[in-house]
Parts: sequence; C-alpha cells; structure tokens
Amino acid sequence: MDYLDFEKPIEEIEAQLKKSRDLEQETEVDMSKSIRELEKRLVSTKKDIYKNLSAWQRVQLSRHPQRPYSLAYLEAITAGDFLELHGDRHVKDDKAMIGGWGKLGDFPVMFVGQQKGVNTKMRQYRNFGMANPEGYRKALRLMKMAEKFQRPVVTLIDTPGAFPGLEAEERGQGEAIARNIYEMSKLRVPIICLIIGEGASGGALGIGVGDRVLMLENTWYSVISPESCSSILWRSWDYKAQAAEALKLTAEDMLKNKLIDDIIPEPLGGAHRNREEMFEVVQKRLLKEITALRKTPVEKLLDKRLEKFEQMGVTKG
Amino acid sequence: MGWFTRRKEGITTRTKDKKETPEGLWYKCKRCKVIVSNEDHRKNLWVCKNCGHHERINAPEYFQLLFDEEQYTELNAKMTSGDPLKFEDTKKYTDRYQASVAKTGLNDAVSTAYGQLHGREVVIGAMNFNFIGGSMGSVVGEKISRAIDHALRNELPFIMISKSGGARMMEAAFSLMQMAKTSAKLARLGEAGLPYVSVLTDPTTGGVTASFAMLGDINIAEPNALIGFAGPRVVRETIGKDLPDGFQRSEFLLEHGFLDFIVERNCLKQRIDQFLGMTYPLEWDTEQTAS
Repeated sequence: MDYLDFEKPIEEIEAQLKKSRDLEQETEVDMSKSIRELEKRLVSTKKDIYKNLSAWQRVQLSRHPQRPYSLAYLEAITAGDFLELHGDRHVKDDKAMIGGWGKLGDFPVMFVGQQKGVNTKMRQYRNFGMANPEGYRKALRLMKMAEKFQRPVVTLIDTPGAFPGLEAEERGQGEAIARNIYEMSKLRVPIICLIIGEGASGGALGIGVGDRVLMLENTWYSVISPESCSSILWRSWDYKAQAAEALKLTAEDMLKNKLIDDIIPEPLGGAHRNREEMFEVVQKRLLKEITALRKTPVEKLLDKRLEKFEQMGVTKG
Repeated sequence: MGWFTRRKEGITTRTKDKKETPEGLWYKCKRCKVIVSNEDHRKNLWVCKNCGHHERINAPEYFQLLFDEEQYTELNAKMTSGDPLKFEDTKKYTDRYQASVAKTGLNDAVSTAYGQLHGREVVIGAMNFNFIGGSMGSVVGEKISRAIDHALRNELPFIMISKSGGARMMEAAFSLMQMAKTSAKLARLGEAGLPYVSVLTDPTTGGVTASFAMLGDINIAEPNALIGFAGPRVVRETIGKDLPDGFQRSEFLLEHGFLDFIVERNCLKQRIDQFLGMTYPLEWDTEQTAS
C-alpha cells in the first residue's frame, strides 16, 4: 500500500506494529502489551488524520493509485454478471470510457463510466481516464439503449478531464459533451451518477446529469482541477492547496451548496483501504436508489431532474 | 538606389515618447492595421472594410444589429452574482466583479432581450466578452435559462450569440452546473418544437462550447472565430507540437462538420430570418392540412 505524505505517521506505526508481531513470532517473547499499545495508537492516529482532512488531502486521496476504478466496482457489484459493450459506431472504441449491461441484485442496469489504468502500461491504454468525443458518444449510445429497454442507468465518474487533444477537437469534444448533457436531461429512465474519484469539469458532467448525483466521501467535483486553477488565477503551480480550498470541491462542500444529492461514506482511510467494504456499501446504496426511483412516474422524474439543475446558482436581482 | 540612406539602424520610439491617438475617433484593425474612422467602422458593423476582420462586439451592439429599429426589451437586466463561495485568489471575486461592472457598464457576461426580427418576435441572448472573459457563472446560466422560459411561454424562437472563455472559475461547481441548467432548458425548448439558432463568435471555448453553443438546430459562426473545447494553448501543450494553421477556427469547424454555415455579420440578420421562415411558426402543418 502506498502512503500519502500526510499518512506518514500511520505508516510508521504500522511498520512498528509489523516489526513487533514478527519479533513475537520469531522469539516467542510476549509482546502483546506493546502491540496493544500500538494498535490503540494506530486507531487514534488514523481518526485524527482522516477526520480533519483538508480539501487538498481529499484530492490526493481521490487520486490514490490503489483506489478502485470503475471496472473493479462493476465486477464486484454485479458479482461478475457484467456484459461489456464497445464502440461509438462512428470512429472507434474509447478505452477511457467503459460501459455495458450488468445485474445489480435482480435489476438489469446500464453502466457507463470513465476508466483509469491500474499500472503504467494500462494508464496509457486508458488514456489516464480522459475520454475523447467517441467515449462520450459511446456512453450516449449505451444510455439510449437503456432508454429503449426501459432500464436504469448508473454512471461512475472518475476523470481528470475530457482529453484536450488535437483529434478530440477535430471530432468535436465540446459538441459530444453538450449532446450528452442535453440528452441525459431528458432520458426517460432513472439515472444515478456516482463520483468515485475525480470529477473534473465538463469531462465529468458529460456523464453527470442524473436524478441522483452522489459523491464518495474522498472525491472531488469542480469546474477545474486545483492545479490548473492555481496556474490560471495565481499564475503558478504552487497554489494548488489554496485553489482546492477556494473551489469548495469536496463532497461535504458540494452537498452544503446543494450541488449534489448525497455523500456515501468510505472505509476509514479511503476506499482503497477496504475495497470489499466499499463495494458492498456502493451496491446497497445503488439498489436502494434504483428501487426508489423506479416508483416515480417518468414525467415527474424528468420534471424533478430539470428542477434540480434549474435551482443551482446564486444570483441577486 | 533609394533617395535616402539609413545612417542609424533600429530607430524606434520609446513607449513613453509615443503619442496616443485620441480615443473615440479612429479604429485601427487588429489584423491588417488599416485605420478607419470609428464612425465608418460602426457603419460597417465593426467589420474591417479592408480585410474583413470581425471585431469583437458586445450584446448591445448585436441587439442593435438584429432587432428591428433597434427596439427591444431587456430581460433580467439588473441580475448580478451572489459570490456563493466567497472566492478569493490573488483578488477577491467581488472586487473583480465590481471592477468589471465599472469597466463595461454591464451587469454580467450575458444580456438577454426580446423584440422583433424582420417583424417576427424572437428572444435573443448575447454575451459580453469583456466582462471577465465572457465567462459563465450563475448569472449567465440563470439569465439564459429565464430567456428560454420566456421563449417557451410565448412560443418564440431563441437565438444565442456566444462569446466566452468558458465557465467562470470563481463560481467553481456553480458555474459547471450552469452547463446542465442551460442544456436541460434547451432540451425543453426542443421538445416544444421551437427553433434554436446558436451563433458562435470569436471566441467560444470551454464550458460554453460544451453546452448551449453546440446545441443549436443550426450552429452558425462569424468568419475566423476561435471555437473549441480546450484552448489552443492547452492543446499545444498536450500534443507537444505546433498547431496547424486555422486550427479551431470557424472554417475548420465547418470542414469537420460542426457548423451549418459561416455568416458575415452584415448577413446575420437575414440568414437567421431565412432559417426561421422555414421552421417557424409551429402551426404551419396543421393549417395546411386544414385548408
């Protein structure tokens, strides 16, 4: 497990703990007292650190290299009953955007989501979770299929942004995202959006319009990454922590500003510290939301969806 | 052999010795540097007579250009931002905002109005680029949303003239959600069968391109306007190469299939009218069958 800078005290205690346990096994000397002591310290240190995370620390957790990505969630929450589908039917198959049918409990659900790579090679293959226009168009094709068969849509959001490349511009990155937002706002089936890592700007919103927009506890969602915000407004990369603070991008702030519907708590220390627990929590929550949303008549669902986004914004006069 | 020979190389006037031309009399084209009187420039709709460069203009100018006899009623003219995040970078957002209001005499980066276009009632929104880069925050989203409401209530066509650097960073996620708000409203307009004309002008980038600017029944643009999702600097840094000539310009977008046509400013009103004549009013079908 990799430790972030602010997790160093935890790393130290865990290392000591391991040493004590190893020593006990080797020498058969009773170390139980000091082990108990260390365990206690570990719990309180963890609590201290994770209860008071700054916005920037949350951003770091959201990008933790061992954090589970979309496909890991899908494998787990569908218990392997997942049928991945490919291609946008225009130019290609975007590896940064995945999707397909999966069973959530008894419900067939259409899933789409950005996918990051788990190692250096895969990160490149997945283009670091930055989708091209064909990714957004693939997502839309799948959502339209869900509408045809009257099945709910679940989107998993985890992207540092839509890809800002030359071909992306040629193929209309802006149009692709705009079209998805437009179509999602009137898709005649329930949509649940869940931010599982990074929710950067239009790249996230391109699969982010839904009846329920939920954020995992240690994720961020905003109009720009703290780094880019720092470079534009402070004209330097060094103010990312201040930018993260100023952007109010944490789940807590987003909920307070009524820009999302709810927060899903993560295991202590983040989703990667206990993946199985995280998957179970997510699966239960999605099932609960789908069960509730299926009861709402579609016209009412669409009115409420529009109303929710209509109310976002603070103006005077 | 010239009549005169240069004895000293590189004679330049120092900035402090340069004489300023009095403001308000002359216009020097940003592209070809040809100078014309401001009066002539205005008469030519702020387009350079020499090279055809379309100077950036704000909402009031577009309203003058498009509404019959320059008559229109503005909607929500007094709306201003609420600074929901108490945002502060090197400056406070509220200070930046006040400075922009003072500089431009406008209340935010969009103005919306209704009036007649060739005798047909329409709703028009137009953006003000010199108000914090034409950026979209809560006010821009809300005013566009309400302008579309006005169009829906009165069954009118909607025309949006975009000119924006994208979402306004100082309202962070609130700005982002304006993309959803405006697009969702346009979806309603579409369901009602009302026409939506999107006019993209220099520059239209970021969150505006990724929402209402690209969603027109027709997307049209002024010549040589910069239009894109990512800005050219970001794209250049991403690919590590120089960008091809004309990249992300109107003509490039037309070629790649994202615009219906390019329109010179002096034809804008006529071409919009021509399109509306084909698609509006809604009763055409029923009346034809009835008669």
